[in-house]
Amino acid sequence: MASTDAISGLRFDLNQGSVRDLNQRLHQPGGGGPVLIANPGGRHAIAVGLDAPWKVEIDGHVGYYCAGMNQQASVRVRGNCGVGVAENMMSGVVNVDGSASQAAGATARGGMLVINGDASARCGISLKGADIVVRGSVGHMSAFMAQRGALVVCGDAGEALGDSLYEARLYVRGSVGSLGADCVEKDVRAEHLEQLRGLLAAAGVDDADPLEFRRFGSARQLYNFHVDNLGAY
Amino acid sequence: MLVQLSARGPDSAGVAFYREPAPVGSTKLSLRSAAAGTAWDGLAAECQQVFGNPVTYAVRASHAILTIASEAEPVETWLALHHPELTVMSAGSVIEIYKQAGHPQQLIDRFALAELDGSHALGHTRMATESRVTTDHSHPFSTGLDLCLVHNGSLSNHNRLRAMLRREGIQFLTDCDSEVAAGYLTWRMREGATLEQALDGCLEDLDGFFTFAVGTADGFAVLRDPIACKPAVMAETDDWVAMASEYRAIAGLPGAQDAVMWEPEPGRVYSWGVAGVL
Repeated sequence: MASTDAISGLRFDLNQGSVRDLNQRLHQPGGGGPVLIANPGGRHAIAVGLDAPWKVEIDGHVGYYCAGMNQQASVRVRGNCGVGVAENMMSGVVNVDGSASQAAGATARGGMLVINGDASARCGISLKGADIVVRGSVGHMSAFMAQRGALVVCGDAGEALGDSLYEARLYVRGSVGSLGADCVEKDVRAEHLEQLRGLLAAAGVDDADPLEFRRFGSARQLYNFHVDNLGAY
Repeated sequence: MLVQLSARGPDSAGVAFYREPAPVGSTKLSLRSAAAGTAWDGLAAECQQVFGNPVTYAVRASHAILTIASEAEPVETWLALHHPELTVMSAGSVIEIYKQAGHPQQLIDRFALAELDGSHALGHTRMATESRVTTDHSHPFSTGLDLCLVHNGSLSNHNRLRAMLRREGIQFLTDCDSEVAAGYLTWRMREGATLEQALDGCLEDLDGFFTFAVGTADGFAVLRDPIACKPAVMAETDDWVAMASEYRAIAGLPGAQDAVMWEPEPGRVYSWGVAGVL
């Protein structure tokens, strides 16, 4: 099912071969270079666990956990994503032309996830260091328990944004349905504008002014933040 | 679409087709026989004798669609009394339900579903979590004339709700939580609620998680619980509208790649009709 072309690189047709074959090929040592994946058909776990400088393009809609655990690779989805795109990403870039379902970028530790459409519920849940830029809006419970990294939302955020947040930074340009427990609005200082400018530029967003965003973070009032509880265990 | 999603749960499958409207004043009943070799011709003759009107029937594996020039209720009452071996799975003017325990492909083959067409259809492939794998436990469940429900999720207050609904005269065949959701909708609409109001009531009265799809005479409705535990995706083109748990199920439809797609928002009732959005 795989064909190789010296100029355009690898080409996989998922109507001809399995996702497992594809992923095994991409896991072989010494990988890297352009890969085109045709007919994804909403299949799950496409291009997961990559750890090489691949430049993957997926021509269509994908199912669950696309580009999960990504390291080094750059993955572009020319379509929509199912649940958990780029979950637990360590490094690299995942770029989605369309919209993403729930839990986009869940627990991701590094790299950047760009969603050009909307992301639904729990975007960036338990985020641990990656940066997520969403051109559209995000659903409820986004950035729940997010620890590090940034979530930039150019549209609106749903209910309970940033519930039980730790140190992740949240930037929202539009409206916020409601803030979750212990999430508060904070001042946008020069360092935040600088970070926003960098993130928007890296994500290729050139139609959003950093000055239009509001910043949200943790009020640090929940149990874990109280020094009195330090010796409890 | 069902086979595409069978990886989510293949233990039972069912479909509701909306097709071939019965003549005005007539009712179509989907009947399932527990016994092999049911004499459907005898049943039709018997019905004709009792109700005095011409009765037609079309057999498909263990099921038969009976069309009878009568309202549904007297026929259902008579069948329950005289033919307890038969289960009425749906009644209305256009709905037909076919379902059984087993893989969706078996259902499609055994009932030769590829032969059927219609204005719209609803299907379900099941992974049982809290109740048995039998045909009675399979979806869709009828929720009234030309209405049926499929459910992905799990309800926690179904026992108490079932007891309440039984007191209200709603009948249940199984201990399945999804059947309680269907019974709830039946009850609410019997008491005068519109489908939309009945679905709204689910948000209040059902404890648990769910994505529901409800088939109606000329379309369908979708509702997800407010937390959106269970997935749903919608796709729309100039020619068709489809809803599924995952895009995989939709991918095979003509023009799916270019369809407008979105996720239904949690806690919001969506409905479509053949003539456009209701």
